Amino acid sequence: MDAIILQILNGLDKGSAYALIALGLTLIFGTLGVVNFAHGALFMIGAFCAVTLSKLLTLSHTVIDETRTDFLGNPLKVEVPYVYDVFGQTTGDAIIDWAVPLSIFFAIPVMILIGVIMERGLIKHFYKRPHADQILVTFGLAIVLQEIIKYYYGANPIPTPAPEAFVGSFDFGALIGFEAGQIIYPYWRLVYFAFAAIIIGAVFAFLQFTTFGMVVRAGMADRETVGLLGINIDKRFTIMFGLAAAVAGLAGVMYTPINSPNYHMGMDFLVLSFVVVVVGGMGSLPGAVLAGFLLGILESFASMREVIDIIPGINQVVIYLVAIIILLTRPRGLMGRKGVMED
Amino acid sequence: MFGLDKKDASLLLIVAVLVAFAPFLLNPFPEGSAMAQFNAGYPDLMQRFVIFGIFAIGFNILFGLTGYLSFGHAAFLGVGSYAAVWMFKLLSMNVLPAIILAVITAGIFALIIGYVSLRRSGIYFSILTLAFAQMSFALAYSVLTPITGGETGLQLALDDPRIFGSSTTAEGNIPVPGFFGLEMRDSTELVLGNWVFTFNVGYYFAAIIMLAAFYLSIRIFRSPFGMMLRAIKSNQQRLNYTGLNPRPYTLAAFVISGMYAGLAGGLMASMDPLAGAERMFWTASGEVVLMTILGGVGTLIGPVLGAGLIKYMENIISKINADILHTWFAFLPDGLEDLVVTMIYPFIGKGWHLTLGIVFMLVVIFLPGGLVQGGQKLAGLFGRKKASQPKNATTEPAE
Repeated sequence: MDAIILQILNGLDKGSAYALIALGLTLIFGTLGVVNFAHGALFMIGAFCAVTLSKLLTLSHTVIDETRTDFLGNPLKVEVPYVYDVFGQTTGDAIIDWAVPLSIFFAIPVMILIGVIMERGLIKHFYKRPHADQILVTFGLAIVLQEIIKYYYGANPIPTPAPEAFVGSFDFGALIGFEAGQIIYPYWRLVYFAFAAIIIGAVFAFLQFTTFGMVVRAGMADRETVGLLGINIDKRFTIMFGLAAAVAGLAGVMYTPINSPNYHMGMDFLVLSFVVVVVGGMGSLPGAVLAGFLLGILESFASMREVIDIIPGINQVVIYLVAIIILLTRPRGLMGRKGVMED
Repeated sequence: MFGLDKKDASLLLIVAVLVAFAPFLLNPFPEGSAMAQFNAGYPDLMQRFVIFGIFAIGFNILFGLTGYLSFGHAAFLGVGSYAAVWMFKLLSMNVLPAIILAVITAGIFALIIGYVSLRRSGIYFSILTLAFAQMSFALAYSVLTPITGGETGLQLALDDPRIFGSSTTAEGNIPVPGFFGLEMRDSTELVLGNWVFTFNVGYYFAAIIMLAAFYLSIRIFRSPFGMMLRAIKSNQQRLNYTGLNPRPYTLAAFVISGMYAGLAGGLMASMDPLAGAERMFWTASGEVVLMTILGGVGTLIGPVLGAGLIKYMENIISKINADILHTWFAFLPDGLEDLVVTMIYPFIGKGWHLTLGIVFMLVVIFLPGGLVQGGQKLAGLFGRKKASQPKNATTEPAE
């Protein structure tokens, strides 16, 4: 029992990332009808927003400290981050420590801006073109974005630690009445899951309970009629694209302490996220979220020692296997709507 | 000629001549000159041109004619490579059985994967093929290590049986692949003044196979079968209503293009007898998509052009470094020289993928028909008469 709970917990963080990326992909597909292969790149750019901010915060200038001397007797030169000058040492340290969560506020405007530029500058011209063309041009864009990041940040992963307060693990088993030491779970993964749950909840609430969301949902159902009613649906869809980009970016920001970001992390996630979207059902938001968590948990179950001993290699292929089975038995995916990309 | 009409025959002839004289054409700059690094006439790269040409021609039979976008075609290439290397290990170093087995194995693989994947179309088909290819990659990398060599790849060893050949050469080395005595890596060099031209056995062997493959693809394009495939692309529903079942046709196209990929994989292993799982990774499948689009989907010559262009960029642009740039722009004043070099630097060397991505995006945006369409547009600009003639040399996608 404890092993099962542990695997479910382990699957949650990857599942959260899948769910967030798949949510954005579905949002774009449902509103604009575009298959966005550059979505993984947006996830990656989000992660590098966190890297950039933590680099910016530790930018420092050299100050000669008269009170201390080095081994030659000269006054010691110390690097002082600019943040100290503004906020003082203790607050400055705290800010640097909390760089990753703070990046959220940095990433949201950046990602929305990137999303809007992408939609207005490029994707707008591809609505009337076949899906294959959309896949290809966004695939090319993904390569370009990835290479730009590689040029500026190098090819190696850049470690970006979580705040001090969330480093380490806690005994989850003891909390829910199991033997101590059986279910150990890192704090940050729990934070990531909670964060993903909040974002997903916020997106659904936004679509469900605001007038803007209502118009967008109406536009997803019948774009033309909404347009005929005198609502500028294109503008709203552009904003939704920016929002989807922000969701992917935030997923990337918070993922940095779990896996050090590198330039190809987006592509690694993209392939799986597409599988997730298709399994969940093209154009179904709850389907994407459900499939994301399901596949994440399934993957972590498949990587249990006991399972690998029975079926070797299953941990590598389980997601694809499930995707193939679901696509062949339930052509619309788990929760796909009727008539959306059914061919 | 060979059952082709005049236009196709002349296209085949032009390609044959270009391929035959490629060692000259690709080496336009004298040895040792500043431009010598743009020479592409060395055996390794020329072999890659024709091998990836075959791969792209095969991919085009599926994607260009039926419109089914497979994102997992590299799996067949990888399977072909493995099959060929196993033939080298078990049978003999003759490339003929290796290539035949590579084609057959890839064909069987394509039959199984295609039978399942072709139950769906559109993006679902893409995802299904992608899933199958990624599964093959993951399995080859981990569990199937006894068959595939895992991370190190499948290599020849001195103690391989090779029942019809010899395990070792007289000097105690691993024998090299050959075609009835002609060793694939043998080259003759021709020195003309400052120019050095290399004629490689492996290249010409692969080139002859490519010409045969190209001829076959022209015949497929012009056959009633090819017409049927185009009908599937333009309107599958209408085809259904006329009482025809499209699936046998798409499956046949899928298997044929899988066999082309297996052929390319077998040839690749013949030129350099090792096979690795990374040949099956999805980026490799993405590469053949790029080649076909870049050259021109659904055209005869497009995929070959695209394959050549990408392989040329990969090998030539990636070799340029900052020092070479500085020598090129040495005529500029110092400050300007540094500026120009810094501007160009991200696009060369390790950054050649960036150039590729940008070129690819530009082609998709402005030239959906690829380089072939670009060529037609240019021809249209310069000569009204040429443009008014029907463009028979290439086939427009039937839509």
